[in-house]
Amino acid sequence: MTDDERQRLARLLPNLKRRASIHQITRCFFDEQGFLEVDTPVRSPAIAPEKEILPFESDGWFLTTSPELYMKRLLAAGYTRLYQFSHCFRKGERGRLHNPEFTLLEWYRIGANYMDMMTDAECLVLTIARELGYGNLLQYRGKTIDLTIPWPRITVSELFHRLAGWDPVLNPDLSRFDEDMVVRVIPHLNPYRPTIMLDYPAPMASLARLKRDEPSVAERAEVFIGGLELANAYSELTDAKEQIERFHNEIEHIRREQGRTMPLPQKFLESLEHLPECGGIALGMDRLVMLFCDASSIDEVMPFTVDTV
Amino acid sequence: MEVEDCRKGTKVLLDNNPYNIEDAEFMKPGKGRAIYRFRFRNLMDGSSLERTYHSGEKLQEANITTREGQFLYREGDHFVFMHTDTFEQYLINETQLGNKQFYLKEGMIITTLFLSDRPLDITLPIFIETTVTKSDIATRTDTVTAQMKRATLATGLELDVPVFIKEGDTLKIDTRTGNYVERVVTKK
Repeated sequence: MTDDERQRLARLLPNLKRRASIHQITRCFFDEQGFLEVDTPVRSPAIAPEKEILPFESDGWFLTTSPELYMKRLLAAGYTRLYQFSHCFRKGERGRLHNPEFTLLEWYRIGANYMDMMTDAECLVLTIARELGYGNLLQYRGKTIDLTIPWPRITVSELFHRLAGWDPVLNPDLSRFDEDMVVRVIPHLNPYRPTIMLDYPAPMASLARLKRDEPSVAERAEVFIGGLELANAYSELTDAKEQIERFHNEIEHIRREQGRTMPLPQKFLESLEHLPECGGIALGMDRLVMLFCDASSIDEVMPFTVDTV
Repeated sequence: MEVEDCRKGTKVLLDNNPYNIEDAEFMKPGKGRAIYRFRFRNLMDGSSLERTYHSGEKLQEANITTREGQFLYREGDHFVFMHTDTFEQYLINETQLGNKQFYLKEGMIITTLFLSDRPLDITLPIFIETTVTKSDIATRTDTVTAQMKRATLATGLELDVPVFIKEGDTLKIDTRTGNYVERVVTKK
């Protein structure tokens, strides 16, 4: 062991201890509400095809990019409240806020919608803050963030109109959307409060259902705190026909633009007709820990990154 | 090369000019496209610029190498160097060398940065020793502070030196700052 590694790991100790506490508090939070913790496969023959998420291949199968499909298969079989800490893998994602292997916390509730999932997220973060002794105020990167709930909610349409000067719901330009999101929108969110972004343009619905009275937007919401994209929630799409069509479109795009072939996740699609209305959310555990460790880089909250393995 | 493989320190060609990536930022909305924001430093003139790339885009890698060379002589506004291994000669012009030209002594060994076969820049030793060719006559005043005067060295550098320095003295100079370090006593 080099002195560098010994010192690096010694410096991480306070953050890793805090990380363990956050995991414990999170487990208590869900256990007390009757959620069941599950552990689904990390390696699978098929995953959700998503054009902007590049999976690692493993002996002809894929490393999971999210536990979503397995969680929904459980819900379709009658499970009602589930949560999971899942190691996920996304190729090429490396930066201050990314490591190709990271931890997602996902939870699902039967009978809930995306707004209910946002309420869960608010309560979870506030519970962790209080258990760690912060109360409602959190210091992050030199700013005091007021976590008092409810957190401000704003539609994607309104926010883009205000910060990027155009409306992605009226005019869904996908590539411009992503660049403006990271360059013009996220850096200019209110730094003193969390922000909940609601109602993504329909082409960015992913696995969320479209709004019944306003089908140009999807019931999808995201939480941002301290400039970090923390969690992404859906009113889950339960319409098997629409889901197959969306997957086909993604698979075709991936084949045409990237020359990769992706199989359809058949078992998941077969289970969809039994999936009751439900809400689901994926939260980046590493980033949540970053917030509570005042860490500027994901490297400060994991013992080994892709650069130190 | 793929934009995914570019990181801090990667040398690339933009509009045919060599740049070093000084800062690389990876940004990506969870479900969205990866965006790479680079800050580049021009290896020729030191200017900097920022550009944004998307995954799938390509950059042209610059073939940058370093080789040992010896400074031979100056010819007009060019400086003539020689590879120490092949004895082939190459030229670097005055503008490219900038202030570094004032530290070059004939016979000096330096490191040269090449873009393919094109010499871009040199790295000097930290200290050089050279002789004084011209110095003002000190005008003594009644102060207790160290007295300095202007002097010109054999390499062309002008600098402040202590008043006791005479023409023909050998001086040690710090090439990072251009400052006088000490007088070198040469054994007769």
